[in-house]
Amino acid sequence: MAISEESTATLVSSAMPRDYFDLLKPRVMALVVFTAFVGLYVAPGNLSPALSFIAVLAIAIGAGASGALNMWYDADIDAVMGRTAERPIPSGRVSAQETLTFALILSIFSVATLGVLINWLSAALLAFTIFFYAVVYTMWLKRWTPQNIVIGGAAGAIPPVIGWTSVTGTFALEPFILFLIIFLWTPPHFWALALFKSADYGRAGVPMMPNVAGNASTQRQIFIYSVLLALSGMLPFVLGYNGPAYAAAAAILGGVFVWRAWEVNLMDPQDTKMIKAKQLFGYSIVYLFALFAVLLAERVVMDLM
Amino acid sequence: MAKPELVEMTPDQKKAQRARNVAIALALVAFVVIVYVGTWAKLGANILARPL
Repeated sequence: MAISEESTATLVSSAMPRDYFDLLKPRVMALVVFTAFVGLYVAPGNLSPALSFIAVLAIAIGAGASGALNMWYDADIDAVMGRTAERPIPSGRVSAQETLTFALILSIFSVATLGVLINWLSAALLAFTIFFYAVVYTMWLKRWTPQNIVIGGAAGAIPPVIGWTSVTGTFALEPFILFLIIFLWTPPHFWALALFKSADYGRAGVPMMPNVAGNASTQRQIFIYSVLLALSGMLPFVLGYNGPAYAAAAAILGGVFVWRAWEVNLMDPQDTKMIKAKQLFGYSIVYLFALFAVLLAERVVMDLM
Repeated sequence: MAKPELVEMTPDQKKAQRARNVAIALALVAFVVIVYVGTWAKLGANILARPL
């Protein structure tokens, strides 16, 4: 007896490679690749181009695997939120079991590759990042506290540190500054999104700051973190790692960030259009890319002179 | 003897399976290249310095 076409739909996967790639959160991965590379480049010492490439790739795949673990665990939440309903699991393209297997295999191989070919401190940091994002953030903090993305942001901030340790094999203050910048960037970035997506988060039962503390409090906290972020953005210059070109760029980029956050703070909490919050969210992505790009570019120029 | 229960794949499922197979093959080849190139890059000529 041949099984009818309808019932095979659940037995036979029609997932394309692209669906698996989407499980890795490619846009987050782009940020990870970039910041990890900056950490790797500014670190003192030499790592051959081949090993540098492998280090960044392993970090990117490890981060992607943690994203897939997140999608595996959060498929129930993702299904009820407009922003995430089209992800591979809620849309039915990839099964939860396949996602878990895929994520675990990539986690193990990325950590092992980094350990064997680069060093084990970096591998341990990558394993910790995956654990922190998948277990501490996704399974524990996200559904429990409005500080979820503040603490969970540490996972997204570690890649430049892994880039650094891939070259040096040890910790230092400089990669910690890069960590700090991304760590302080995460709350205003995510809360700006949470402001205009609060209905989605409310429906999913995720205790984001606007849902728990209200819009007005969130808007105020966004502004406070933005000021701290703009100040931390100056640290690479203050501590002497970077020069005046970076200082000028960081001041302008940070100033615009604070100004936009101030506009968010002035927004009527009852506002439903949330135009200023959307603008800040969009700008926050530009900010981080631009800040790290300038930091990197100045170092490249300094090295050439 | 009863006929075995066979799943008849739709053209879309066949196409997807083939695409996944190719992707897995490419990933495996890429991993082999990474380990090979990475080993040379890490050890260089020392790759030959081992007790025989």
